[in-house]
Amino acid sequence: MLYIKCPHCGMRPQIEFSYGGDASVKRPELNKEISDQEWNDFVYNRKSLRGKHLELWQHISGCRQWIKVERDTATHEIFKTFKADEEVA
Amino acid sequence: MSQDFRLDSVGLINRDKKLSFKFNGKQYFGYEGDTLASALLANGVHLVGRSFKYHRPRGFFGAGVDEPYAIVQLYRNNETEPNIKATEQELFEGLEARSVNCWPSVNFDIGAINNFLKIFLPAGFYYKTFMWPKSFWYRIYEPFIRKAAGLGVASTKHDKERYEHKYEYCDLLIAGSGPSGLSSAYAAAKNGAKVILAEDKPRFGGSLLTDDVNIGNQSGKNWAEGIIAELKTMPNVVVKNRSQIFGYYDHNMLVMSEKVSDHLPKTKKYHPNKRLWYIRAKEVLISSGSIERPIVFGNNDTPGVMLSSAAKEYLKVYGVLVGKNPLIFTNNDSGYETAIEFQKHGVQPTVLDSRKNPESEIIDEAKSLGINIKNSYVVVAAQGYKKVKSADIASISDDKKQLGKIENIICDCICVSGFWTPSIHLASQSGNKTKFKEEIDAFVPGTSKQQETTLGAANGVFSLEETLKTSFEKGRELSKKITDNDNEVSIPNVVEKKSSKHDKFWCVPLPAGKNYKRFLDFQNDVAVSDIEIALREGYRSIEHVKRYTTLGMATDQGKTSNLNGLQLVSEIENKVVPAVGHTTFRPPYTPISIGAIVGREVGKNSKPTRKSPMHDWHEKNNAVFVDAGVWLRPRYYKRGNENLFEGSKREAKNVRTNVGVCDVTTLGKIDIKGPDSAELLNRVYTNAWLKLPVGKARYGVMLREDGIVMDDGTTTRISENHYHMTTTTAQAANVLSHLEYYLQLVWPELNVNVVSTTEQWAGAAIAGPKSRDVLQKLFPNLDVSNEGLPFMGYMEGNLFGVKARIFRISFSGELAYEVNVESDNGNFMWQKIMEVGEEFKIQPYGTEALSTLRIEMGHVAGSELDGRTIPYDNALDGLVSKKKDFIGKRSLQRAAFTAGDRQRVVGVVPLDKKTSIPEGSHLVKDANAPLPNPKLGHISASCWSVEYDNPFSLAILKDGKNMIGEKLFVMSPLKNKVIPVEVVSSHYVDPKGERVRS
Repeated sequence: MLYIKCPHCGMRPQIEFSYGGDASVKRPELNKEISDQEWNDFVYNRKSLRGKHLELWQHISGCRQWIKVERDTATHEIFKTFKADEEVA
Repeated sequence: MSQDFRLDSVGLINRDKKLSFKFNGKQYFGYEGDTLASALLANGVHLVGRSFKYHRPRGFFGAGVDEPYAIVQLYRNNETEPNIKATEQELFEGLEARSVNCWPSVNFDIGAINNFLKIFLPAGFYYKTFMWPKSFWYRIYEPFIRKAAGLGVASTKHDKERYEHKYEYCDLLIAGSGPSGLSSAYAAAKNGAKVILAEDKPRFGGSLLTDDVNIGNQSGKNWAEGIIAELKTMPNVVVKNRSQIFGYYDHNMLVMSEKVSDHLPKTKKYHPNKRLWYIRAKEVLISSGSIERPIVFGNNDTPGVMLSSAAKEYLKVYGVLVGKNPLIFTNNDSGYETAIEFQKHGVQPTVLDSRKNPESEIIDEAKSLGINIKNSYVVVAAQGYKKVKSADIASISDDKKQLGKIENIICDCICVSGFWTPSIHLASQSGNKTKFKEEIDAFVPGTSKQQETTLGAANGVFSLEETLKTSFEKGRELSKKITDNDNEVSIPNVVEKKSSKHDKFWCVPLPAGKNYKRFLDFQNDVAVSDIEIALREGYRSIEHVKRYTTLGMATDQGKTSNLNGLQLVSEIENKVVPAVGHTTFRPPYTPISIGAIVGREVGKNSKPTRKSPMHDWHEKNNAVFVDAGVWLRPRYYKRGNENLFEGSKREAKNVRTNVGVCDVTTLGKIDIKGPDSAELLNRVYTNAWLKLPVGKARYGVMLREDGIVMDDGTTTRISENHYHMTTTTAQAANVLSHLEYYLQLVWPELNVNVVSTTEQWAGAAIAGPKSRDVLQKLFPNLDVSNEGLPFMGYMEGNLFGVKARIFRISFSGELAYEVNVESDNGNFMWQKIMEVGEEFKIQPYGTEALSTLRIEMGHVAGSELDGRTIPYDNALDGLVSKKKDFIGKRSLQRAAFTAGDRQRVVGVVPLDKKTSIPEGSHLVKDANAPLPNPKLGHISASCWSVEYDNPFSLAILKDGKNMIGEKLFVMSPLKNKVIPVEVVSSHYVDPKGERVRS
């Protein structure tokens, strides 16, 4: 079971969180004309990386904040965690 | 009965406490401190079971966790548990055990005929034989194999034992209480670190209990006792015996199973049977020791053949002789240690050493005691069927290929030592890349991946002096890093006998003309010949060889067999062992009871139960409950002998004719506040929200980004910047997360706060033509007329002194209101409603009637919003704004979603107006078309229409828009039904929606 540092609450076990997918995906702006390809990339297409991956988690049984977690998908090593509005270095 | 093989005074057992037990129905005696294995051996019982495949007789091979044979069915306090290792099961008064895998008895086992058919049962036999004809598998092969295979039998009774889970954090977790574990624990504890020391056996000390060594001028055993006693007094140390750390998981979390009660005749009151510990450790020290490995020779599975270390343990810990005429077969000095113990206790052993001229202190001692030693000698085959009677032995050439003349010598047991295999399981589970250590012919941990350090024999270090030194140092160093203390602990001096190098020899060649079975894996009957077949048939990867032959599988997980298997593969393949590699070590290290894993989450505790504030009232009024997610909701309120159908029909009918009340507390409720609330709603819902006035509710549909309907519900504007959103019961948590996602990550500029208020409000839906009368009685001072409180209107009121929110919304399609009060007042509200409603013939109604009412009205719900449908499919496309953008809108342009014959919700009525339509049935054009019959749609929800008194269903039907009036067939192969139906509008009752506005 992973041990995740919530930037708001501190080290917490994985069971307090729920996974939210790739954090690098950016939602297209509202009311903007976009191609099918762009929209499909946003909704469906993910890279499924092996290695370092920036992903979203929500501290669902804690502060309910969405956070960003930089994690290695192969080794589960967590390098750093960020608040939702924090710049990822 | 006397214990013929028990010594008078040796051992750590309590001879003052005699215990009686039964094995295969026969009464025996042992002592407190025995295991079932040691007690049986004391009584001269060697035959404990039959092997898995050939049903050959099985005895004891080890003395602990490595035991591959002695698996029994245990009976304790009217319960039974399968697959218990007799070597691990502590004896208690009244213990009962039986052999497994034999019928009719362990002495006469019919399955042993397989032993004579063994040439027909080679590796992969099942795969090759039971494949054809295909139809035979279910009817003939599988039932037969199921009966023949497997070990014990699981109880079918409810397990009355209690199992607990515990979460723990520590600085240092130490696995194993041998010399290494004790030293590092002591050093770390002295530095003030929080230490957990775990030992799987009942006694602490590991090898110190059996090895003839001296630490700090006392015996190793006494030194261990002293250290444990001191550790137990320290507040920063937890010392646990009978506790197996069986898994090493991510981020330094380990799981340990503590056997709290297995050694007792009955679990004590308020005690669990087992306790599962989830331990998050800053540092882990693995001092799990090593397991002796066998040497492979003919018939090496005969009862009486066992590890030499096991023989020594039975003698030194339990005072039991495994034989009175022992033959010791070794390739290293460990065999001599066992021989010396036998000799000291009046039994003359013979030692066969595969080495030519070994010299060491231990061998000198053996010689000086007059022990008969034969160098360059091996056991070729054990003789005897149910017990070793003699051994065929021979000299062996220096290159270990040629056997000399075969001689037969009488013996009653053969104690084997093929050197030691470090227990690297935990290190490997942590992700450590293991490496092969040539000098000891075994794998040891390599570079650590997590915060783990392996010490002592588990790390391939067999010198006690070195083990103590490195363990004290590591314990001190790692704890210093955490606590910043650095207390010096003096390392005691060690006296141990120096040993000489072992012989790289592991398998005795077959003598000419003999075809002995030479077993590698004793639990699964995998012989040398099986591995040879697997390789000949082209299996190369060690993982494939394992699966094809079952080498290293089952409850012992190859603790004694893996390395010899690898040696064999490497020899045949002409590769070095590290090139063959080992199979993956996976948790658990030893079998763990399912009960321990499940813990207390069983029965009604398998999930939390949520109850509405009115639950007690429902219970008192004969509600029959149904699970709605984790909520318990009344399904119907039983009157007399009514069944579900009759009861729900009565309740629904009463709503249509008079008035009913339904507990809707379970609906998700989200409080939304902030100046941008309307903007948020406008982006989340498909319809327009910017112009909703204060005091009005609106129905809305929200989509996922892929265009699929996520949820629906009403949201009410309570005040300028304050909204009250309702969601379906099932989606409440998801919708909240969804809103939080957009507010925190996508549109952080929106000034809005959302919070769940599901549990803050109790809700009652009052529905039916007389609902306004009831409402007026509840709020005599309010104008609740059609003008005062119109459809989709909202007002606040005072319900007999209690603050209430009143919404004029309807799910039933009737004139209806929902009244919310703070949860604590829920019961009060409910009783008042029942009181004032009595004169209007009010009846409570449950979820079944609720479903009936919404289905015949054509209101979609969870069974239509099933994660596969878009607004059009649910006839909700009128609510999709063309002007504004919202979540998921772009997806609705996808070709499949705009196709002309897109599926859509319709109503379905059986032509005979009688036959109920099973939910989930398929709709087809032609009932007699050849299979696969093209499916046009499916029945999503069915009810008995109380309006028309005939069955009615909703269906999601291809091109549903143009199918009204068509005649189709409903096919339900599961219920074996074919029903001719007519497609009608989904709005079966009050299609114009006049009632809700009345």
